[in-house]
Amino acid sequence: MEKNKDIFCNDTFKKNPLSSQIDLSRFTQESFAAATEDEKRQQDVMSESTTFFKDGMRKLSKNPLAMGSIVMLAIVILTIIFAPMIVPYSYEEILSVNGKRDKGAKNLAPFTYSQMEQKYIEEGGTRFPHIFGTDEQCRDYFVRVIYGTRISLFIGFFASIIVLFIGMLYGSISGYIGGRVDLIMMRIVDIIYSLPDMLMIILLKVVLDERLNFPAGSFLSKLGTSMVSLFIVFGLLYWVGMARLIRGQILSIKENEYVLAARSIGAGAGRIIRQHILPNCLSVIIISTALQIPSAIFTESFLSFVGIGVKAPMPSLGSLANAAREGLQSYPYKLIFPAAIICLIVLSLNLLGDGLRDAFDPKLKR
Amino acid sequence: MIKYILKRILLAVLTVFIICAITFFSMHAVPGGPFNREKAMSEATVAALNARYGMDKPVGEQFILYMKGILHGDFGVSLKNGREISSIIGESFPISARLGISAMIVALILGTIFGSIAALMRNKLPDRIIVFFTTLLTAVPSFVLATLLLLVFCIKLGWVPVWSPKSNNYLLPVIALSAYPMAYITRLSKTSMLDALSQDYIRTARAKGVSRTKMIFKHALRNSLIPVITYAGPQVAYIITGSMVIETIFTVGGLGSKFVSAINNRDYTLIMATTIFLAILMVVANVICDLLYKLVDPRIKYD
Repeated sequence: MEKNKDIFCNDTFKKNPLSSQIDLSRFTQESFAAATEDEKRQQDVMSESTTFFKDGMRKLSKNPLAMGSIVMLAIVILTIIFAPMIVPYSYEEILSVNGKRDKGAKNLAPFTYSQMEQKYIEEGGTRFPHIFGTDEQCRDYFVRVIYGTRISLFIGFFASIIVLFIGMLYGSISGYIGGRVDLIMMRIVDIIYSLPDMLMIILLKVVLDERLNFPAGSFLSKLGTSMVSLFIVFGLLYWVGMARLIRGQILSIKENEYVLAARSIGAGAGRIIRQHILPNCLSVIIISTALQIPSAIFTESFLSFVGIGVKAPMPSLGSLANAAREGLQSYPYKLIFPAAIICLIVLSLNLLGDGLRDAFDPKLKR
Repeated sequence: MIKYILKRILLAVLTVFIICAITFFSMHAVPGGPFNREKAMSEATVAALNARYGMDKPVGEQFILYMKGILHGDFGVSLKNGREISSIIGESFPISARLGISAMIVALILGTIFGSIAALMRNKLPDRIIVFFTTLLTAVPSFVLATLLLLVFCIKLGWVPVWSPKSNNYLLPVIALSAYPMAYITRLSKTSMLDALSQDYIRTARAKGVSRTKMIFKHALRNSLIPVITYAGPQVAYIITGSMVIETIFTVGGLGSKFVSAINNRDYTLIMATTIFLAILMVVANVICDLLYKLVDPRIKYD
């Protein structure tokens, strides 16, 4: 110990000024003392631990287009929730003043009143303005557009959930079991995939609209046959894409060591799929579900155009835009409002889906 | 190679058969039968009509008869006006084909041009503009776009006459029909051009001192065009469904608008026949595109 101390004595080693050796004369015994707990803590690099989700959200929040889309969608959703509470008209209500039917309130321009309403206001009554005007059957157009948005979004969302559910079930079974079962299941998918989807949708929709019949008062009859048949058609045809995607994910994930570890301690197939595999392909699932919604909204608006969409008096954005084609020259705004909202929703969802993909799954390229 | 072609064709034939079966049996599942009108017909008339069209036979036998008819180009008779469906298709399909093929060509040419420009000027103003418009176009339903075009250019500005069989002005319908495929092809050809530009052979070409134009046209563009062929297949399907909308709006008397009016009139035999006809068209287009793709790019393996 004593000898060691000598090494650091300033005079023992004189450093040549040109040498690049460490200048030992600068050190003393204390320089090599063990660090105290306090000092140790200072040396730790303190960075917050991130999870996969947090990391993705951070990337997403830096994407202005995706954030703009979220804001847009939030505005649309808040409007369709709260606007019907504020506006005193309902979507199938034919306008009336003081209990008398207002026949002059046909095809009013935005923010105008009919003669009867004007008289009523002059007499001191208050009348809620028709923000988007009225339609050809004297109904407030703003409320109809709001309800149309509700129904279009509901269709898009619910159809995506159905597609997700069927596709996930089928794809995970096929991918997990593998072998001959996988081969047969995937051949079925291939065949459905090669069917021309739009034609089949039109065909099945025509048939189901005629064929379906629900007992009055049940939940399904409240939704209406045209809506239920729409979901059935979506469920029958669009799940194949999702099933393929999930099968592909599962095929790659199930080769991982943690799946082997889980199997070796005796976890069953269902548990492995639910606990280990599905959480790991969650990002892919969320992204493709988000992109499924606008496609469902588009399909519904196409079907409305062909005349087999949601049935009147229930409005959807597609059927409203389609109905507005009559009398387009005189009332172009009746097309513009629903069409603009379709564009807005579809655009926001597409951009959000792209943003989610970039944030959560850098491997998944277009 | 030959094995692959055979396999692909076999799958296509199977698909067509399944389409026919689905179409036939779902149309027969419609309650009431095809002769159910508002005006009730006497039972004898219905029986006579059933016998006339072979409807009294069991469904399976009817299906075989129907399939035989299709193979001979006989799609039966329209329920609404009693005309031969094959002659309806024969006279209206060429109009649709002309419209569709023109739209396809426009979409392919403009799509690759815009896509290449966007890729070459990545993150510059032209790229931004192209990306903005293509993103916007993919979010507009085709019937809205077509209606707006009609409203602005035919009615308000009066630049283009409204379509009539005599004037044969395909300009607006072609623009409306090609808008979405064009946006789609632009996006995809941009990615494939960017991909081609990052390849080693481009770097080699530039190192050799090949001029920029030659590098773009000879090395990059050629290779980036290969995947575009695969996009053309699905786009045929889009063009066919899109033409239903566009033809109805511009009142072009093609097969698409006939199909829409058949749906509205619940003309089941016409719906059935048109679905099968269009479906076969789509399947054939897909097979051709697939085979072309493999033929053009020798790097792709057959499996």
